Order: sequence, then structure tokens, then C-alpha cells
Amino acid sequence: MSRYLGLAAILVLALIAPFFVYSVTLMTILVFVIFASSFNLLLGYVGLLSFGQAMFFGAAAYITGHILKTTGVSLEIALLGGTLVGAVMGFLVGLVAVRRSGIQFAMITFAIAQFVYFLLLQSEFTGGEDGMQRIPRTEIFGFIDLSDNFAFYYFVLAVTVLSIAFFYRVVHSPFGEVLKAIRDNEPRVESLGFKPDRYKLVAMTLSAGMAGLAGGLKATVFQFATLTDVSWHVSGEVIFMTLLGGLGTLTGPMVGAGIVIGLNDHLAQFGEWALISQGVILLAVILFFRRGVVGELGAFVRRYKAGGRK
Amino acid sequence: MFDGISIQLLMGQLLIGLINGSFYAMLSMGLAIIFGLMHVVNFAHGAQYMLGAFIAWLLLNTLGINYWGALFIAPVVVALFGIVMERLVLKPIHHLDHLYGLLATYAVTLIIEGLIRQQYGSSGLPYSSPIPGGVNLGFMFLPWYRLWVVLFSFAMCLGTWYLIEHTRLGAYLRAANENPEIVESFGINVPRMITLTYAFGVGLAGLSGVLAAPIYQVSPSMGSSLMIVIFAVVVIGGMGSIMGAILTGYLLGVVEGLTKVFYPEAANLVIFVIMILALILRPQGLFSKKEGA
Repeated sequence: MSRYLGLAAILVLALIAPFFVYSVTLMTILVFVIFASSFNLLLGYVGLLSFGQAMFFGAAAYITGHILKTTGVSLEIALLGGTLVGAVMGFLVGLVAVRRSGIQFAMITFAIAQFVYFLLLQSEFTGGEDGMQRIPRTEIFGFIDLSDNFAFYYFVLAVTVLSIAFFYRVVHSPFGEVLKAIRDNEPRVESLGFKPDRYKLVAMTLSAGMAGLAGGLKATVFQFATLTDVSWHVSGEVIFMTLLGGLGTLTGPMVGAGIVIGLNDHLAQFGEWALISQGVILLAVILFFRRGVVGELGAFVRRYKAGGRK
Repeated sequence: MFDGISIQLLMGQLLIGLINGSFYAMLSMGLAIIFGLMHVVNFAHGAQYMLGAFIAWLLLNTLGINYWGALFIAPVVVALFGIVMERLVLKPIHHLDHLYGLLATYAVTLIIEGLIRQQYGSSGLPYSSPIPGGVNLGFMFLPWYRLWVVLFSFAMCLGTWYLIEHTRLGAYLRAANENPEIVESFGINVPRMITLTYAFGVGLAGLSGVLAAPIYQVSPSMGSSLMIVIFAVVVIGGMGSIMGAILTGYLLGVVEGLTKVFYPEAANLVIFVIMILALILRPQGLFSKKEGA
């Protein structure tokens, strides 16, 4: 019950937020909510640490931008294209990466992400070092004009809500139960006749597709795509968000994305201190608060309730 | 096939490949040693390598201590840093999923790189070669310093390999990797051995950093860009195999150099392509002894 109240409160906040906060900042948060949730699906629910999640995000940003620049189709088609490219990449990377378990999965995704980075750097259509500029924001469904950021915010919010619902469905489906079981005890799942590698591959595809959707949205929010979107710093940032918010919870990535984007906004003027504080906070989370903000709050509330009954 | 490719270009790139390969070999060896005993993928390896180079630069520019002094001092300082880091950061999370080790060392990397960049900026700092000049071999010019790096790092790799695979100390290490409880019951202080092993691996990274200072520019990001390649090298060679890491390191350095000669566009990509092929064709690692390890 309290969880639904919490979600409702977040939704109300999200609906009125653009009256108080710069809508581009808010859209950045929403984009990273989807992106961090895609990462969380792998690490939080399957136990796979994707250290190259930015390759799906960044590549999809370029592809979505390229579709919009060259074809003039309506926005949702271009976003779908980015999502699809992300998913296909996720499937291909998964084919190679799930062959090694545990820690090596992280190293392989990290290295393949760099491979994708160099590929995009050398491709003609991406604009190389300069990035892809002036991506048009076409009408949605061919007739709804969203060139105004205030209006566009509500579109991004709707996509985010649908994405969260999607993650909720995946995690709470029988398929999601198998994923969690793989995370907790892979040999046992295998002995029950499931094929963990196949489940991981599907999870990887779904996660990468959603990361692609986030990347496509990012390209339409900012109307540009750059190599930064594919860099390992972005892969690291999404790890930071998820761990800070709370691994393996649906609300964790939302809270984490909100805090980190807000923090970056405030620390931007202090140069390197933004990255340094990220490192310090991440280290503190790993050493002392592994449940993240949402997890620790939940534990606190439970303890408080248990104490009250005595 | 050799049409239009001069012998100078070929030999020059081979030498660069051998130099890069030396660094790949030394760093992946350190990573393999640390992983072998602690099951921690030391993401900070690149940052510790960069620290070695920076300490060398600082020693020269503030205390006037030259390269040869730095070659001894910097690795020791970096190793001490490793001891502190192992005790404060890695030991408390040793009992957790090993993913946390990777993430914690990643966090430390952000902190180190950020602090250095904040203090010294992100552009490269020059460090002049301690052995200027070189020899003209007729078909190419071989700088003395580069020859020194190739020979010295080769000796370091062989020495470390011998130490771990063929001495009593190395046998303890390998035994502690297999079964720490039994080794402990023989009266060996395994936690201290873990700390010292980490310090040794990290010190190696610092030493590589000093070696690298006169060749590459000393810059805050010199380590993390190398780290990506090192991960690929270790994945190709198979985790935990020291000789595998060394051989793969040299091999990939040379292959990368040759790619620059014959197909320059792919030079950035070739290592990752090899990694993907190796994963498809030999998922357990080129030099891995254990099936599926």
C-alpha cells in the first residue's frame, strides 16, 4: 500500500515539476530514469554487471538522430528505431558476453562498449569528434507538435511511465522470477531444467532495448548526440545512479537518477569536484549503504514500525 | 603484399607494438596476479599506473630526483597506497560478491583521477628521456630508452612469472587461492599475504607508470584509456593465468602495431575484434588451464 502511495506521490510531483524546475533538467532526469532502470534490470535482477550500458544508449542516440535527420518520419518511429537498434545490439553482445559468467561479463561489456565507441568515432554519419548536431524534433504521430520543451516534457514523462510499467511487468512475471533465481543461485536454476544463458540473453536484449529508448529520447531532448553518450563515463554514471538509489528496487533508479542529475547540475561549476564527489559517494555506498537510498529508507521504516509495535 | 610498405615503417610500428605490448603484458600480469588471489578485478590498476608516472614527474620537478631514483621510489609509494587501499576499501567487502570489488576500485579510480586532474589539469606533462640518443640500425633508428623499456619489462615479466610459478612463496600464493583455510592452518597469515600481493600487483602498475612517463605524456587519463585494452587482453588470455596475460599482452601489442601498417583504420578496433573472436572460438580463454574458468 505504502509503495503505491509513494509511486503516486512521485507521479504527482512529476506532473507539477515543470512549473518550478527547468524542463530540460527534468527531461534529463527522466531519460536517466529509463536508462538506469535498464541497467538495474541486469544487475539488480539477474546479477549481471553491464559495464558498457552506454554503448546501447549512445548508439541509439545516433541512430534516432540519423533517422530524424534523413527521413523526416514522425518522432515515435525514430524512437522505435533507436530502441530496436539497442535491442539488436544487446542480443549480439549478449551472445558473446554471457559465455563468461560473473566478473568477466563486466569486463567484456566494458571492452565491447569501447569497440562501439571507436566504430561510431570513425563512422561518417555520426560526425566523428564533432558529434551530430541539430537533430529535428518532428511531430508525434504526424500531427502533435512538441517543439516546445514544456509540452515535450509531458511526452517524455508519458514514455517514462510506460517504461516503468514495462520494467514492473518484466520483473513481476514468471520470466522475472527465473531471472531473480539465476541471480540468487544459478546452478540450482540450471538443475531445474532451465537454460540460464537463454534467460540472460533475453534480459540483455530487453535491457539494451530500453537503454536504446533512453538514448533516443536523449537525442530528441537535447537535439544532439555526441561521443560522450557512448563513453565509459556514462556507463559508470548509470552504475552510480542505480547503486545510490537502490539496487534491485524499481524506485531506486528513479531516486538515483534524480539525485545524480541534480548533483551534477549543482556541482558543474566546481569542475572536477563533480567526478570526485561521485567517486566518494559511490565508495561510501559500496562500503556502508549497499541497499542504496531506497533500500536504507525502507529498512529504516520497517525497523521503526517493528519498534512501534513493542 | 609488401608493395608500398617501407621496411622503416614496418620496423617502426613493430617497435611501437613491442613497447605497447610490454605495457599490456606488465599491467595484465599485475591484474591477473591480483585476480588470482583475491578475485578482485582491480579497475584502479590504470589509475595506479598513472600515479606511478605522476610521482616520477613530481619527484623530478619538486625534489629533483631523477628517473633512476623514481624507478625505485615511485613503485614503493604506489605499493604503500595499495596497502592502505586494500585495508580500507577491499578487505571490508572481501566477503561480498566480487562485483563489489570491481565497483569499489572503479570509485577509487574516479577519486584519484579527479584529484590529479583538479590539481594538475588534464593536458599531458612532458618527461624527458633519461637515456637520450639511440642507435641507427640501418633500416631504422632505435632510441636507447625504448630498448631499455622492452628489455626491462621483459625481465620483470619473466621474474614475476618465475616467482609465482616456481618458488615456495608462489606456491603459498597459489595454494591460498585454491583453499585459504588449509593454508591458514599451516600457520601462514593469509590476510597479510593478500594485502602484500595486492601491494605487489599495484607496485608493478606504479613501476610501469614510471617506465611509461618518458614515452607517453604524463596525464590523468593515461591509465583509464589503457585499462580498456588491458581488460580485453585479460579476457582473451583467460583470467588468472599469468603466463597467458604476459603472452597475450605482447602478442596484441605487436598485432596492433602491424595493423597500423597494413590497415590503419582498424588499429583501434583490432584488439576488440580479437577479443570477440576469442570469446566465440575459445570461450574459456586462450591460455586458461581450467575448463570454463
